Amino acid sequence: MAIEINGKSVETDEEGYLVNLADWDEAIAGVLAQQENVTMTDQHWEVINFLRDYYNEFQIAPAVRVLTKAIGKKLGPEKGNSQYLYELFPYGPAKQACKIAGLPKPTGCV
Amino acid sequence: MAAPDAKPKVEAPAYREFPTIPALQPEAMAGSNPYVAADKHNEAIGFPGALVEGWEQKAIAKMGELLGKYRSLRVYMDSCVHCGACTDKCHYFIGTGDPKNMPVARQELMRSVYRRYFTLPGKLFPGLVGARDMTKDVLDDWFRYYNQCSECRRCSVFCPYGIDTAEVTMAAKEIMHSVGLGHKYVNEIIGKVHKIGNNLGLPGPALEDTLQGLEEDVKEDTGADVRYPLDVKGAEVLLVTPSADFFAEPHVESLIGYGKVFHAAGISWTLSSAASEAGNFGMFIGSYDQMRKIAMRVREAALELGVKRIVVGECGHAWRVAYSFWNTLTGIGAGANDPFAVELQKQLDPNYKQPSHICEVTWDLIRQGRLKFDKSANDHRIITFHDSCNVARGSRMGDDPGGQFDIPRAIIKAVANNYVEMARGTTREKTFCCGGGGGLLTDELLDLRVKGALPRMEALKAVADGKGVNFMATICAICKAQFTKVLPFYGFKMGMVGGVHQLVSTAIQLGNEQ
Repeated sequence: MAIEINGKSVETDEEGYLVNLADWDEAIAGVLAQQENVTMTDQHWEVINFLRDYYNEFQIAPAVRVLTKAIGKKLGPEKGNSQYLYELFPYGPAKQACKIAGLPKPTGCV
Repeated sequence: MAAPDAKPKVEAPAYREFPTIPALQPEAMAGSNPYVAADKHNEAIGFPGALVEGWEQKAIAKMGELLGKYRSLRVYMDSCVHCGACTDKCHYFIGTGDPKNMPVARQELMRSVYRRYFTLPGKLFPGLVGARDMTKDVLDDWFRYYNQCSECRRCSVFCPYGIDTAEVTMAAKEIMHSVGLGHKYVNEIIGKVHKIGNNLGLPGPALEDTLQGLEEDVKEDTGADVRYPLDVKGAEVLLVTPSADFFAEPHVESLIGYGKVFHAAGISWTLSSAASEAGNFGMFIGSYDQMRKIAMRVREAALELGVKRIVVGECGHAWRVAYSFWNTLTGIGAGANDPFAVELQKQLDPNYKQPSHICEVTWDLIRQGRLKFDKSANDHRIITFHDSCNVARGSRMGDDPGGQFDIPRAIIKAVANNYVEMARGTTREKTFCCGGGGGLLTDELLDLRVKGALPRMEALKAVADGKGVNFMATICAICKAQFTKVLPFYGFKMGMVGGVHQLVSTAIQLGNEQ
């Protein structure tokens, strides 16, 4: 599968995750979000940017608890919980937000 | 083989008024396929990249090899009399109505091929005895329907001949993998275990960062300096636990609980970054080689760290592999006499079961009076317990028969005031699978997973409506992830599922209470 955008074609796997992480940019994130029926807001971008920063440092998406804590610190304690993240990314913050952020899918018993 | 739809329709079946056998819906799940593993995922763990040339003969040769190696498989192939006792015992059949999800029919997919190539009547008169050639259509059916079996072995409990139906599924999966038809979800994960150390692909530094965060959180919540140590040489206990415990909710709550138990009891412990995974997906695809390689990591970590005890966290199939197979896989445990086994044998403390389940550890400490609880801390919960299939039907705990059922329940009753059982026939050795076991916990199979959860959801609904149950405890990472996902399809909150050590964590007193 592939995403066509601005005249270039970006490869995704059968589940819609980017094959090459370096292909990611904000426009592609927009297309990925659209495919997931997620309307991106500043709050969504806060999460996406945190995921990408964390991934750059650790080569893995943050644990859900690490993510909620970081978002709580940034946006206020009332938003530092998984319920808030599920409101933003209804299929689950780990998988859906990773997909939009251009990161690989977390695998295992999650 | 048709690829699964990009966005498969996911529908929960209606609750049944009476738990009767569903009306048959032939081919209802014929479109349910997991993703086929890419060549890089297959080759990384020693399987051919894609379906090989002459796969038909090679598959039959592999079946012959397995029939020779596992006497059990030949007995299971020969001894079924099609009595039908298993038909309505499978959660996937109950949830889908697809007749090929009747365990007897699922096994017939292999048995019919077995008859054709390995029995005299099948060789001479295939049409008379329902024997089939190994064709692409047959293989496609195998891939579909053996990937609609979670190897939970509930049907085996009811089989008058004691046929272990999961072994038939595992054999079918082993044959498929050997000719290059792999299961993406499982094979990608096994690759990560070898490359990075765990199913998630969580590298050491990320693990360290995550554990440090937990120490801060627990300190903030309780004021106690509970440690979540990594790679500490000379620790008494090596804990191996599913990597989901580091990453996901509600799994992490149980990990927090294990740390509190060790802290309160004053037992030094450590996790290992090299063996940061208890799960062993080699079992799901019937691969003895992979199962052994994955198990060897734990042995090596135990030797490297010089620990005296090996403890397994809340993971169903990991406990089955540890309890039932580690001994012969890697020499851990009593009995073996060769230098390979003796080395670790000398190191481990014979006063404890090796390996021990974390529930055995906690229960022993409770009985010795070494843990204190404020049970009222769990008073907001009315709790029931879901037995996980690999613990229930593939292992044991403690010294008495049924310990794997009684010990987790005893812990819950020691840490909480409100406990309710679900209906008999849905618990203990007759427990229903969560619907996501056996390597099926993947997004493209969500419709199957939702449907397969029906019998458990019915049992839960009865105690939720009748007794006000609002928390279902379990000791398996797959069960936790599966229920988190499927509970909302049945009108429940996803936060209703959690771990036994999550309950322990809520109530345990760490000695610094005001």
